[in-house]
Order: sequence, then C-alpha cells, then structure tokens
Amino acid sequence: MSLQIISIILGSLTLASALMVVLSKHPIRSVIYLVVTFFFITSMYIMMNAQFLAIVNMIVYAGAIMVLFLFVLMLLNLNKEMEPMNAKGAQIAAFIAGGSLFLVLITALKDTLILGQTYRQQDNSIGLVKELGNLLFTKYVVAFELTSILFIAAMVGAILLAKREKQIIE
Amino acid sequence: MDTALLIEKSILVLLLFLVSLGAAAYMTYFERKLAAWIQDRVGPDRAGPFGILQPIADGVKMFLKEDFIPAKADKWLFIIGPGIAMFTALITSAVVPWGPKLHLFGRDIALQVADINIGILYVFGVLSVGVYGIMIGGWASNNKYSLYGAIRASSQMISYELAMGVSAITIVLLSGSLSLNDIVTQQSGVWNVFYQPVAFFIFFVCALAELNRAPFDLPECESELVGGYHTEYSSMKLGLYLFAEYTSMFVSSAIMAILFFGGYNFPGMSHFSGNTLAIIGIAAFAIKIFIFIFVIMWIRWTIPRFRFDQLMHLGWKTLLPLSLINLLITGLVIAFKNGWF
Repeated sequence: MSLQIISIILGSLTLASALMVVLSKHPIRSVIYLVVTFFFITSMYIMMNAQFLAIVNMIVYAGAIMVLFLFVLMLLNLNKEMEPMNAKGAQIAAFIAGGSLFLVLITALKDTLILGQTYRQQDNSIGLVKELGNLLFTKYVVAFELTSILFIAAMVGAILLAKREKQIIE
Repeated sequence: MDTALLIEKSILVLLLFLVSLGAAAYMTYFERKLAAWIQDRVGPDRAGPFGILQPIADGVKMFLKEDFIPAKADKWLFIIGPGIAMFTALITSAVVPWGPKLHLFGRDIALQVADINIGILYVFGVLSVGVYGIMIGGWASNNKYSLYGAIRASSQMISYELAMGVSAITIVLLSGSLSLNDIVTQQSGVWNVFYQPVAFFIFFVCALAELNRAPFDLPECESELVGGYHTEYSSMKLGLYLFAEYTSMFVSSAIMAILFFGGYNFPGMSHFSGNTLAIIGIAAFAIKIFIFIFVIMWIRWTIPRFRFDQLMHLGWKTLLPLSLINLLITGLVIAFKNGWF
C-alpha cells in the first residue's frame, strides 16, 4: 500500500514539474524543471524495479540532452524584450494541435490501464540489466543492431556538418 | 522493511557523510602542506600543532564571511548551484563498497549503502548530473568570466565522460558485471590494472579532467578567467563549491581504486577472516584512496596547465580513439578465450 502512496506522490510531483516547464516564463528555469521532471520519471522506473532503464534515462536525458539544451539557452541569453510576439493565428493553431494531442493521449491512456494489470502479473526482474541484455541480444537483436547503425549514421552526419563549416572558415 | 537494516543503513549513510566531509576538509590542509613541501615552503603552521586545525579555522571563516549575491544575478539559481554541486559530489559514495562484510551484534553488515546491480552506471549518471551545479552557478552569476568558466567546465566534462565511459566498459567486459561489489570481489587475485593498464591510464587522465584539476583546471584558470565559474561566489557558497571539488576527488579516488586496484582487496588476504579481514580491508582501501589523492595533488603542483584547444584535442582525438581500440582488443581477446573463433 505504501508503494502506491509513493507512486501517487511521485506522479503528482512529475505532473507538477512538467506543468512548470510550460508555465515558467524563463527559458532556463523551464529547462531546469524539465530536468527535474526527468528525475521524477527516473524514480518511477526505479519504483517498477527497472534499474537499467532508470539509470539510462538519467544519463541520456537528464545528463546529456538537457545539458545541451541548457548550453544553447545560456549562450542565447533570451530575455523578455527579445521574445517574439505570438500571432493570434499561431495561438489558435497551437491550441488545436495541443488539444488533439491531448485527445490522443487520453485514448492511449485507456488502453494502458488494461496493460498495467498484465504488467503486474509478469516477472518483476524484467527491468534488470541481465534480462534486458538477454532480450536485446537474442529476440530483438536485429532491431537493436539497426538502431545502432542509425545512431552511427547520425553521428557521422553531425561530424561531417561540423567539419564542413570549418572548411568554409578557412 | 527490516527495522535493523534501516537503522544500519542510516548509520552507514551518516558515517559516510561525515567521513566524506572530514576527508574533504583535511584534503585542503594536505594539499596546502604538500604544495608547501614541493615549493620548499612551510605551509600553514599557525592553527594548532603543525597547523592541524587550519581546516576548522578555514571553515569558520567561510561561515562568517559576508554572503553576497550580485544584483543582477538569478537569485534562486545562484543559491541552488553550489547545493547541486555538493549534493552530486556526496551521493556517489552510496554505491562504493568500503570493505568486506563486518560482523557486529550478530549481524553481517555490508559496508556499502546500496549494492545496486548497475553501480558503475550510477556513478556515471551522477557524474553527468554533476555538470549542472557548475553550469547553473556560472550562468546565474551574470558575469562573463563565470559563464566562460561554466561553459569550459561543462564542455570539458562532457567530452571526457566519453573516453572515461569506454575505458570503464572494458572493466565491465572483464568482470561481466556492472555491480561495483562484484567488480571488487573478482579482483581478489589479480588487480584489473595488470590486465588493463591502458584503460587505467585513460580513466585516470579523464578523472583529472572531470574533477577540473590541474593540468585540466581551465574552468578556474586565474590568468584568463579571474576565478572561473565561482568568481561571484563568496562565503559558504564558495566553500561548498571548493568542498564539492575535494569531495569528488575523494570519491573518484575511491572509484579508481575499486575499478583498477582491487578496492579493499590486499595481498595475503586469505590469511585473515571475519572482522580482522574487514578492518584490514578498509585500511587497505583507505591507503589506496590516499595514494590516489596524493598523486592527483602531486600532478597539480608539477605540471603546467593545458590550453583549451589542446585539452579538447587530447580528449576527442587521442583518448577516445585509444580507449575504443583498447575496448576492441579486449573484446576480441575475451571472445577468443571463450572459443568464439
């Protein structure tokens, strides 16, 4: 029972910090709230005993990606005077797009409630690194290798872009 | 939850907290004495015999100084910056196995707060979060030198994390486990450094860069950046940043001792058992940590600073390829040993 209380608290904290990302006027603070949100999501993975996923979420999202976000925002040094005025049309379009996304999420949520029940019946050690590794390198090995090729392609592309710029300067 | 276990872990956490802070405090004293010795000076010798009370005097001074926040600084972020730095420096020690099991009050007490099976990844996770303390503090100061210091620190930490991670993966390949406890117990015979000298070298250099220690202390390079990311900080906030640096030095020395020098293992371990083994093990581990701290300080007072582009070249074009080749060779040797060819 206490586990359920903890997950309710974590869930509401996650939602609160996620809301603060959108509501916060200051871009840097938004990023920091997003980092906090990722931490709460990490703690939820830990609650589900998915230690590997939790730590990877922490390293990749909270650690690497958000640092890059923060980097860019700090160097841009955005402030209120520089903020572009939102057009009425864009606001309406954003409202419609956000609303339909919300609708999709609600529909998806209806199915996850049923999935959540089946999850509980399964083995609790599924999120540990050993089981995950076994699955990734046997059942899902093709998908895994394809993803890694995709990553390498992206990396090579990034390096190439960075290099080309340097040649122009010279 | 077992109540005894809860009490045991709480005591261990408190003890670790105090030991890390105490070690960090006395490392400042040790560093000053060592610098004095290398530069043929006397060093601090006024407070107490041999200046042994100097860290306490420094701490009191830090607390009593005026706590100043720049007018145009982002107050909230300015305050939490040093807090994050200290927090991330302290929580790494949770996964460190400090010694063999201790037998007290009829219970086997594991000298490790959390034996999670992803220990080494946890260390890297905390490391990658540690960047925030410096970045937030440096940016919130609203000072160009602080911002430059913060950007240097974070880009340096991100760059060196890669080579460090790859050299740690070679250790994971050798031991077949991500748990620091397993890695230590597997080194009871031969220490990993004898199998992986290249990985150790890369890891050590990267650790220096991660700690922002000389010769990689560009974030606080006085001749260019005044004081780096903590230029605007004063009082205990500055103290926390400096303390965090020493605490992480202590913890990363412990991590290096675990990954490459057998943790609490020592030669002739099989002659002891029970609590004697545990106490000698802890002592051996402490000596290893001390030697690492000594070497890191020794390097600081011997080698001049790198230039920033040299630092980036070293990280990306030398250490990373070297660690990848090392990883590849290790993988091939292990595959060959397992009879895959």
